Amino acid sequence: MLKYDLVVIGGGPAGLAAALKAKELGVDKILILERSTTLGGILRQCIHTGFGLHHFGEELSGPEYAYRFIKDVEKTDIEIKVDTMVTDILTGNTVIATNNVDGLMEIQATAIILAMGCRERPRGALEIPGSRASGIMTAGTAQKYVNIEGYMPGKKIVILGSGDIGLIMARRMTLEGAKVEMVCELMPYSGGLTRNIVQCLDDLNIPLKLSCTVIQTHGIERLEGVTIANVDENRKPIPGTEQYIECDTLMLSVGLIPENELTRNAGIMIDPITGGAIVDENRQTSRPGIFACGNVLQVHDLVDYVTQESYTAGEGAAKYIQTKAKNRRPKYIPVCPEGGARYVVPQNISSDADSDVKLYFRVRDVYKNGRITVTNGDTVLYSKKKPKLTPGEMEYVTVKVEDIKKLDKKLPIIVKVEG
Amino acid sequence: MKKDMICISCPLGCPLSVEMDESGKVLSVSGNSCKRGEQYAIDECTNPVRMLTTTIRVHGGALPMIPVKTSAPIPKGKMMECMQVINRMALDAPIRMGEVIICNICDTGVDIIATNEL
Ligand SMILES: Cc1cc2nc3c(=O)[nH]c(=O)nc-3n(C[C@H](O)[C@H](O)[C@H](O)COP(=O)(O)OP(=O)(O)OC[C@H]3O[C@@H](n4cnc5c(N)ncnc54)[C@H](O)[C@@H]3O)c2cc1C
Ligand code: SF4
Repeated sequence: MLKYDLVVIGGGPAGLAAALKAKELGVDKILILERSTTLGGILRQCIHTGFGLHHFGEELSGPEYAYRFIKDVEKTDIEIKVDTMVTDILTGNTVIATNNVDGLMEIQATAIILAMGCRERPRGALEIPGSRASGIMTAGTAQKYVNIEGYMPGKKIVILGSGDIGLIMARRMTLEGAKVEMVCELMPYSGGLTRNIVQCLDDLNIPLKLSCTVIQTHGIERLEGVTIANVDENRKPIPGTEQYIECDTLMLSVGLIPENELTRNAGIMIDPITGGAIVDENRQTSRPGIFACGNVLQVHDLVDYVTQESYTAGEGAAKYIQTKAKNRRPKYIPVCPEGGARYVVPQNISSDADSDVKLYFRVRDVYKNGRITVTNGDTVLYSKKKPKLTPGEMEYVTVKVEDIKKLDKKLPIIVKVEG
Repeated sequence: MKKDMICISCPLGCPLSVEMDESGKVLSVSGNSCKRGEQYAIDECTNPVRMLTTTIRVHGGALPMIPVKTSAPIPKGKMMECMQVINRMALDAPIRMGEVIICNICDTGVDIIATNEL
């Protein structure tokens, strides 16, 4: 059996950053397992710029951002196995993985970091009636076709869902000569970053239709068109508003789901809202010695935040390995969302946390001048108004370490958003 | 004269407010969280520019496409013209990270550079 101090599952930006941090803090034997042929994760296909402004202070493309971490990892003695798929995590932190060279491997790890990223919500999750014509795909799949494999999936395009990947693809397809007819969004607001609406749609005069959805697809072998309709406040199509749009491609950008089959099978507790593991401030899951970071934990819009979170997980794992924290069950104070706050990560804070803790959250709705408060019983730890809060953008507040020391440990920390 | 816009220089997307005189000269910018926001507002009112990112076909590499970007933002109106020039290109591997692929594309004074190695 192979033995490592730390096994990192997933070689995207999250896994790379977590491994690097653990190495920097002196963890000896580290192994990264990646199922794809190269490191870098989803960033390899995100060729647009906008990455790294917070982390590096410059605007990089996805591959450039990943490249810096890959080069840094190559300078260390961190071991890497690509083309390697992790299939199971057994009790005692044993990782089961397979590849063509080593066959089936059993790897014993003191600590494990989960960094498997997320995948796109597929068509099946949407239940649009119509034929199984070709030409219906997720925006991320289309992104891979165009940017990595180098072929155009269609000429006349409708995009359903205004998530960032859909917006980025609207521009990408237009630049490559396709006609993007429109982006339809079920909700009355866009799920993407405002900057992407401006530079991907407004710049190219692509209409964004809010409160609108695709109710039917047409075509037998190849998609020939879609029927769209406006929806009411209950998101039900309004009769009489149907409209036929001719197109050969329908791209779906309707959300991301953390890739947590492994996590679930390992018996790790999952937060039903984030779809990721329940973690503490070190990103430790309900199974001691198993940590999670990046999109497998919560869907991030900015890779810079993924990197930050992964450093936290790498640090947590290093501490666990070095101080044998496994002999100690931390006492947790739960962190709960309330009002307009949909979820908070981490879901628990150790009562003896020894540094400031950032609480990341998303709101349910769009709030103009919404107030964010963080309380513990009657104590107000934070209270501030923000000019704009939207579900598409992750927010965070910092709880100071001196405040954590003073917390009433019998009461939860409440993160509340009000209009 | 007042003009509202969203700064797109980074994903924070700060709402900017620009004060201009009759000739279109920018007098003041507010709402920005950093210096780049101010520059963006001035550019957007005088000469709107954008980064262009795309791919170029490569022969003999592990993958068929190399991602590229403009070394600096280019005038918004020149995007399609630049795409036409880029799409006529084909390269041979190996290509280094940051290698200049096209010098001074469409007389913009900006280069097209590789954003990965292949
Ligand atoms: C299509 C798409 C486009 C995106 N575009 C942007 C964008 O433009 N800007 C932005 O900031 N963010 C974007 N994101 C979000 C982006 O995913 C994150 O910013 C960042 O890439 C997340 O990093 P990660 O390491 O958590 O996940 P990923 O980059 O997804 O990396 C996860 C890695 O784990 C590997 N893996 C998964 N399961 C296993 C297993 N069982 N065994 C071994 N390896 C495994 C995968 O192969 C992958 O390499 C996009 C996401 C998607 C899905
Ligand atoms: S003003 Fe600065 S922080 Fe705000 S969006 Fe522009 S670049 Fe980003």
